[in-house]
Amino acid sequence: MYRVRLWSVRHAWGLNRFYSGFERVLVGLAPLWRAIGYQRLERPFVAVERGVKGLLFDCKMCGQCVLSATGMSCPMNCPKNLRNGPCGGVRADGRCEVRADMPCVWVLAFAGAERIAGGIDKIGVIQAPVDRRLEGHSSWLRVAREGSESRSHGQAP
Amino acid sequence: MMFEDEPVPGYPLPILPGHVSPGRFERVLRAGAFAVTTELAPPDSADPQEVYQRARVLDGYVDAINATDGSGANCHMSSLAVCALLTRVGYAPVMQISCRDRNRIAIQGDILGGAAMGVCNMLCLTGDGVQAGDHPQAKPVFDLDAVSLLQIGRMLRDEHHFQSGRKLSFSPRVLFGAGENPMVPPLEFRALRLAKKVAAGAQFIQTQYVYDLPRLRTFMRSVEDLGLIDQVFLLIGVGPIRSARAAEWMRNHVPGVHIPDAIIERLAGAQDQAREGRNICVELIQEIRTIRGVHGVHVMAYRQEEAVAEIITRSGVLEGRAPWNPRRDQNSADRKAS
Repeated sequence: MYRVRLWSVRHAWGLNRFYSGFERVLVGLAPLWRAIGYQRLERPFVAVERGVKGLLFDCKMCGQCVLSATGMSCPMNCPKNLRNGPCGGVRADGRCEVRADMPCVWVLAFAGAERIAGGIDKIGVIQAPVDRRLEGHSSWLRVAREGSESRSHGQAP
Repeated sequence: MMFEDEPVPGYPLPILPGHVSPGRFERVLRAGAFAVTTELAPPDSADPQEVYQRARVLDGYVDAINATDGSGANCHMSSLAVCALLTRVGYAPVMQISCRDRNRIAIQGDILGGAAMGVCNMLCLTGDGVQAGDHPQAKPVFDLDAVSLLQIGRMLRDEHHFQSGRKLSFSPRVLFGAGENPMVPPLEFRALRLAKKVAAGAQFIQTQYVYDLPRLRTFMRSVEDLGLIDQVFLLIGVGPIRSARAAEWMRNHVPGVHIPDAIIERLAGAQDQAREGRNICVELIQEIRTIRGVHGVHVMAYRQEEAVAEIITRSGVLEGRAPWNPRRDQNSADRKAS
């Protein structure tokens, strides 16, 4: 059941590199997205994102993806939705307190983060509480939009 | 222990420079004393006397009393209410806030409400999963996590606004704390997790039960390497175990409790297992006290609250200091009168 998720964490390095490139393309194509219209793109983007990230990470479509800061282990799979590290209930064998058949997503996150350059430092970044309004929306489109906006304002992307 | 500027019990102390709260617990910590805290199991009752009875057995032995917030995901009187009752007579409670049952609207309201009732210390916790308790059919909320809760607490206190940005007319003056469990995976990253909590606003830490000293020492070395020792007051969780069977049960049923086999064997081999459990606890406290960076102990003696006094006395950690209790003022007034 968790085989693909585990594969993704083992390949965190490659996936992270791929995503960095992908993000640049997304942001670079922002003029195109804007021309088509973000509203019109939302549904097809959501469909693709749900399919791809659902398969690789059991993505829950929170709409504010932090995978590259969590070693490619999706924190929304934590039954407590913890986005800032593991709780104190992790079992001695590294499995989840709530779901004993599942490895703790944060034990996986640290394992994945160790495979990414600077990954452990990124886990140290405090994640703001989830904005529940973004649930079910495309994280990729938001990244494209915000990335291009901050670029046009002369800030680092 | 008495401060010369102490007001009538139940009223706030003056806030000293560098302090954030008008509370006695922060005074004790910042004065450099070895602090002792414990927890009060809120009753399954609406009778305030049951809260006072449970507090009374701790009089003179502890600096602060944690009011648990549905611990183990079991339903009891609310932490906020227990704290409000305790502050009325002058106790220094630590209000535990778990992210399991309430969203950010309710929690921020409770932080203001608790502070208004005189609560000066709040402990920000993730909370046990609902599957562990007596209402496994309940909806787990987890709108925030312990780290974002700390951040929001600090925002209310220091930036004087809600997460929404709406202004407060008077900020809660509260010392914020967090939990940590140095005993469970991922062990090598537990100190980093602590660092994150400190960065988010944790000023004191109360840990889960510690029965494994080598594991604690490794953790404390990492804490020191991260430069956290002077940034946060660390209170290590300890507690007496009633019997080897109870230890087995805790290990298998209470989330996050790690008890080494050696402890269980020692209990099993003792004639009076409950007494041996208290002996182990006293020895642990004495060892823990010598570890650099430790500022106190948090004694969790669920259903053995009457054992706390004996354990603290025998461990000698108070060094003759008598923490405040409601009868102390009564006694000194009596002495003056006679």
